[in-house]
Amino acid sequence: MVDRLLGRPRDRETAPSAPPPPEDPRDAVWARVQLARNPRRPHTLELVGHITDAFVELHGDRLFGDDGAIVGGPARIDGRRVMIVGHQKGADTDENIRRNFGMGKPEGFRKAIRLFELAERLGLPVVTFVDTPGAYPGAEAEERGVADAIARSIGAMCRLRVPIITLITGEGGSGGALAIAAGDVVVALENAVYAVISPEGCASILWRTPEKAPDAALAMRMSAQDQAELGVIDRVVAEPGEGAHVDAAETGRRLRAVILEELDGLAALSPDELVAKRGGRYRVFGAFDDLGVTEPIPGAADRPGLADRLRRALEPVGKSVGDALGGRTGRDGRDARDAREGRDAREGRDAREGRDEPPAREEV
Amino acid sequence: MPLTLPFRPRRETYPPDMWTKCPSCSEMLFNKHLAKNLRVCGTCGHHFRISAKARLDQLLDPGTFRERDEGLASRDPLGFVDSKPYADRLVAAQLATGRRDAATWGFGALGGRRVAICALDFGFMGGSMGSVVGEKVTRAAEGAFVERIPLIVVSASGGARMQEGTLALMQLVKTIGALERLRAAGLPYISVLADPTTGGVFASFAALGDVNVAEPNALIGFAGARVSAGTIAEELPPGFQRAEFLFSHGFVDRIVTRADLRDELALLLALLRPAGATDDASGSVRRG
Ligand SMILES: [Zn+2]
Repeated sequence: MVDRLLGRPRDRETAPSAPPPPEDPRDAVWARVQLARNPRRPHTLELVGHITDAFVELHGDRLFGDDGAIVGGPARIDGRRVMIVGHQKGADTDENIRRNFGMGKPEGFRKAIRLFELAERLGLPVVTFVDTPGAYPGAEAEERGVADAIARSIGAMCRLRVPIITLITGEGGSGGALAIAAGDVVVALENAVYAVISPEGCASILWRTPEKAPDAALAMRMSAQDQAELGVIDRVVAEPGEGAHVDAAETGRRLRAVILEELDGLAALSPDELVAKRGGRYRVFGAFDDLGVTEPIPGAADRPGLADRLRRALEPVGKSVGDALGGRTGRDGRDARDAREGRDAREGRDAREGRDEPPAREEV
Repeated sequence: MPLTLPFRPRRETYPPDMWTKCPSCSEMLFNKHLAKNLRVCGTCGHHFRISAKARLDQLLDPGTFRERDEGLASRDPLGFVDSKPYADRLVAAQLATGRRDAATWGFGALGGRRVAICALDFGFMGGSMGSVVGEKVTRAAEGAFVERIPLIVVSASGGARMQEGTLALMQLVKTIGALERLRAAGLPYISVLADPTTGGVFASFAALGDVNVAEPNALIGFAGARVSAGTIAEELPPGFQRAEFLFSHGFVDRIVTRADLRDELALLLALLRPAGATDDASGSVRRG
């Protein structure tokens, strides 16, 4: 926990040595995005084939249908039974159409919930494989309640009384990834990425053009290494050679070793301890100050003088749990300077009217 | 700090104009009448967006609201810069709204019953959820848990705040985890979905009400319309992602006009009282 608050990855021994000093950090992170999306990268079922001794895929959510973009079922790893749930991308165009490019639909997330609950009933640890551009953003997904399905899948993971190991093997795309990624331990392959929105979607909204996707990828710090520094990912696993796509079997061997090790670590915890510890893992995420509660906020109805308003806006009077995470950019001089130039007045009014910010809608 | 700024007065204090054009029926509405009508068009019933403060004023018994954690402010954990720094956007929104972030939470009484309540403000960076909004929703749920009282969250948000990256995404788990604990404790949670409730806010606490109440015609959905209509070429059905669409597909229990919302919530609170709780509406209401 302390490690997480301090933003330190818990485990560095399997972390790869840093990639060669990048000419441009934007190019470096964009190269990772490309590797994470490489169609030849091993996807969930291929990895499961390398990792497990036995696996039976189960189909259907018992409510509407079967989603090929999310797969799962019971499996055995080194004699230990587990429940597998993962996104499934296709290896070629035909399969990708069938699997919807790994973009889960409501029935996929509801199948995941069904498998989580079955695992809990049988006392099986859960291993999830995350590799999706995001949930399917189409009309039928909205009709069948994709937001509801994602929220309930996350809820099921929050209360599950068996260990959950999450492996981010490729693209960790937003809510559609998170729906099966709320594990006790979150492990990522070296070239995996994780973000709140696709870099293209972020760039379209904030830079007004998808061309700026590499800038967005850098700004969101979406590489596995950066996410480990933020504490969102616990452990980064090195990929063989130029990336997982050059040796799927070796990638599987490395993941298998990590799964077994993490299962051993979690086996010591009682179900109550597991749920409490998992709750604690996610409870501490956030980076904020407590600026105090005694004074009206600057700009509030009593309209204190502008100087007071600025002073109150800029002066922290207390700090909170999120302290350890942020602090990379001071909010000191720059803000005051901009305010002095009067820029905030105009922009602030825009924000008030909701025009400055295009609604920060998630792509998925 | 003796500063002179070309500061524009805030709208509530000095309306830039006395009239507002209804975006739905194009009727010119006298602002005073609009305010008296809870910012609902008297001609066509269009529900204008309202601030968190206005929402709490409308819903809670006068004088009962006690805000908590109003000082929470984001730390810009990524040092995020797009066309301008996130830190600048935050300060601009703070100065414009008089709030430190997009959520307000506290304890109050609704129809005489004590509740923990959190309201989001679309006027602050689109009501987007970063660390502070996630924390306040979570603390509201925890406040309800500790006092064994119902939770109400009024959502108006475009979704997760991109400028906080995966830390914004993690707020989905944080808030849902708190709701799971509330649920396990047998306490009711009412989610009010106002225009708009989309993205990661809808896919976390907003979707999970024991009762989901929506305002008429509120935009409610997961994927942004830009994405739904663009990325995936597909004709969108009429009324797509509106409250009535969600209602007809079974994800919203009730569509309630703003004028009726307070009474509706009061009745729901009476009927969904936690098992074993006394009906405090008839007795004295504790003040927080
Ligand atoms: Zn109208």
